[in-house]
Amino acid sequence: MNHRWDFASVFANSDALLAGAVGTLRIFAICLVLGLSLGLVVGLGRYARRRWLYLPATAFVEFFRNTPVLVQILWFYYALPILVPFEIGPLAAAALGISLNSAAFSAEIYRGGIQSIEPGQWDGARALGMGWGQAMRRIILPQAIRRMLPALTNRGIEIFKMSTLASAVAYVELLQQGKLIASLNFNPIEVYTTIAVVFFVCLWPLVQATYALERRLRQGE
Amino acid sequence: MTSAAPLLSVTGLHKRFGSNEVLRGIDLDVARGERIAILGASGSGKSTLLRCLNFMELPSAGVVALDGQPIGGERRRNRNAGRTYGERELVRVRQRVGMVFQQFNLFPHMTAIGNVMEGLRTVRRLPATEARTRAETELARVGLADKADQYPAHLSGGQKQRVAIARALAMDPELLLFDEPTSALDPELVGEVLGVIRTLADEGRTMLLVTHELGFAYHVASRVLFLADGTIHESGAPDEVLKNPQKERTRTFLARHREFSF
Repeated sequence: MNHRWDFASVFANSDALLAGAVGTLRIFAICLVLGLSLGLVVGLGRYARRRWLYLPATAFVEFFRNTPVLVQILWFYYALPILVPFEIGPLAAAALGISLNSAAFSAEIYRGGIQSIEPGQWDGARALGMGWGQAMRRIILPQAIRRMLPALTNRGIEIFKMSTLASAVAYVELLQQGKLIASLNFNPIEVYTTIAVVFFVCLWPLVQATYALERRLRQGE
Repeated sequence: MTSAAPLLSVTGLHKRFGSNEVLRGIDLDVARGERIAILGASGSGKSTLLRCLNFMELPSAGVVALDGQPIGGERRRNRNAGRTYGERELVRVRQRVGMVFQQFNLFPHMTAIGNVMEGLRTVRRLPATEARTRAETELARVGLADKADQYPAHLSGGQKQRVAIARALAMDPELLLFDEPTSALDPELVGEVLGVIRTLADEGRTMLLVTHELGFAYHVASRVLFLADGTIHESGAPDEVLKNPQKERTRTFLARHREFSF
């Protein structure tokens, strides 16, 4: 174990890594918004009593929870274009796979959060003459989101890390760039260490910020 | 808008939960300004009756009419299955019939005034300043003007219930339903809530009140109903029902409630 660490070859490629970081942030932002908002829709479907809402939502959740994201991404990239008449780029394929998978997992978080609100809150809202949508939007969801925040934060972290799976379809993100640099410079130890550190440096403050948000939200209770 | 019809008219009301028949044929007319206390042992159907009147529970059979207008529509087939109710119609009914719950059901993520404003803003769609002014008036009415910006978690049980009453009043209900409003309160806090309800009664508001406070029922109610097995077992003026009950079960119930009074 007498490897001589030499990060010079990594820093020499910092512009490539920067491009990768931008790609990572882009896919993270897309999947965070798509995954968590589609998850809310699916979660409401899972919560519904009507079968025509409940059954498709359940099928969606079960399908995407029980298949690997990497397989989904490869399927969207290589298989789907055979079936449909349009091209699907690396970003679209990866974003689709990660978003749908995150939607399935966050749907269960939403459903659990909504179910955890006491029935009395529905009574209070309905007795004022609120419809289902008004009660959900004004009374139930604001309280449920507070309770779900730790779990949703976890989802967000997962999405950020899952972005590396996009490298499987050669989308330009951190890991993809790292693989390239490592294969050209024969310095995998420095490159992958750097990438791990970059992920940590990006995620850690994010997680701290959500802790602060949780504390602020809890003040009302 | 005054009319000859009673404000609330209930005929043949039944409510089943699965095979459990909780209400077995309730007939009741409530005129404007009446204050009706509903007594009965637990499980007699008091709360269910109240919850059927603002359709938090849908009646299994029978008709509830507001101002002479029957709520819901008749089924074309299978007339024994209860009426059909559209959500829109029920939302309108609930805006006319206010309800106060045993467990308050305040919205914990809103301040006291936020709770009172919520129906005005979301349901009535009043502008914020107008809603705030109205909510302040209602909070002042229940003696809580100084607690407007407190969250429910920082209020006592009695204060929470008074906010809940203000929240219901802000919607200008024609009929107020109180579902055991003091049962979840520490004894020393019961008085402040009953005081507020008494003021409302003195203003001539129409109300139905499920309660175990016999003294309050005696002094405030214009009529007392005693429920047993999902039917109105005995009813009449407080003086008659509470002091001179005609039915055996009413007597037993009252005796049990007076056991430790002095």
